[in-house]
Amino acid sequence: MAGSQRIYRQRIKSTQSLKKMFRAQELIAASRIGRARDRVSMAAPYSRAITRAVSAVATHSNTSHPFLVERDDTNRVAVLLIASDRGMAGAYSASVIRETERLIERLEHEGKQVVLYVSGRRAVTYYTFRGRDVEGSWTGHSDAPSTDIAGEISEVLLDAFRAPADQGGVAEVHIVFTQFVNMVTQRPRVIRLLPLEVVEGVEPADDREQLPLYEFEPDPAVVLDALLPRYVRSRIYASLLQAAASELAARQRAMHTATDNAEDLIRTYTRLANQARQGEITQEISEIVSGADALASAS
Amino acid sequence: MATIEVDLVATDGKVWSGVARQVIAPAGDGEIGILAGHTPVLTVLKPGEIRVYAPESGEPARFTVEGGFLSFDSNVMTIVVDEVTAGPTTDATAR
Repeated sequence: MAGSQRIYRQRIKSTQSLKKMFRAQELIAASRIGRARDRVSMAAPYSRAITRAVSAVATHSNTSHPFLVERDDTNRVAVLLIASDRGMAGAYSASVIRETERLIERLEHEGKQVVLYVSGRRAVTYYTFRGRDVEGSWTGHSDAPSTDIAGEISEVLLDAFRAPADQGGVAEVHIVFTQFVNMVTQRPRVIRLLPLEVVEGVEPADDREQLPLYEFEPDPAVVLDALLPRYVRSRIYASLLQAAASELAARQRAMHTATDNAEDLIRTYTRLANQARQGEITQEISEIVSGADALASAS
Repeated sequence: MATIEVDLVATDGKVWSGVARQVIAPAGDGEIGILAGHTPVLTVLKPGEIRVYAPESGEPARFTVEGGFLSFDSNVMTIVVDEVTAGPTTDATAR
């Protein structure tokens, strides 16, 4: 009986220190999420400007570009998975990986061969543990991605898309990331990045207000050539930022729940410990009383 | 006097925004100067200096850019740049 009381006290102590850790993680995530959301909105003007420019070129010239046409010379397709570097974010990494698995299955069902690129240590370990090939990986930036890392990723993906079929070229590039809807909802999303399909119908207002007839300097092809890589990079950067905000929101919520659960556990253990202590006292009293009784009846 | 609304945006945020009388930018074929009422134009930028002349003051606001592009139509200009620093271009990088 005396042993169980000690065990409960130990459990309370360890749960308390866990609770402190959860609480700290929650506060850290909460303090960073504001900045992450600001970064999402700060990147918006750039991507808006670039989208408008791309659609202007697409509507006013019939210039084609390798990024705009479907490739049918290879059945390899690239998938970029954006997950987190650290855990403690509930189902965040798991759900985006699950979405990726579903996409891979669908693509393989269509007879395509998937080449995997991953960002975030959790996803890297998921695939290396299962012994599956990862073509490229980036880690160490998942909660605060920089434009440099977005540039690096887009460089690699664009190179893969530009490469000829016999040198590991890919016909499509997909991105799986988590879209930040609001603080409580983050949704895994799949977008097809290349070949670009967004150009048509980017601006539904086209019918009413005609886009002006642009003069292209030096000519539409050069402009498009300069625009599209930037467009791709800005899409990747936007996905990374969305994923970062989602990760922090998921972590904050998961850690909040963990703190609550720790509190519940502490309460339960405290009650059990009290009960054990009371049981011990009762037992001692009954031992003393029965001892006294025995002495009284003996005399 | 007609003016141009200028937005200078970089990858990670809006850098500068305001009204201007004239903007001079390093286009692909050489410097391009744009006044209000210019025909819509979409041009690639080379590394160089952007000068934005405010309607009244004579001294332009200067930005050094590492390439990007510029779009202009109906007196609204959007300059999208990769990297930008405020201030004039030093001789070493000027073209």
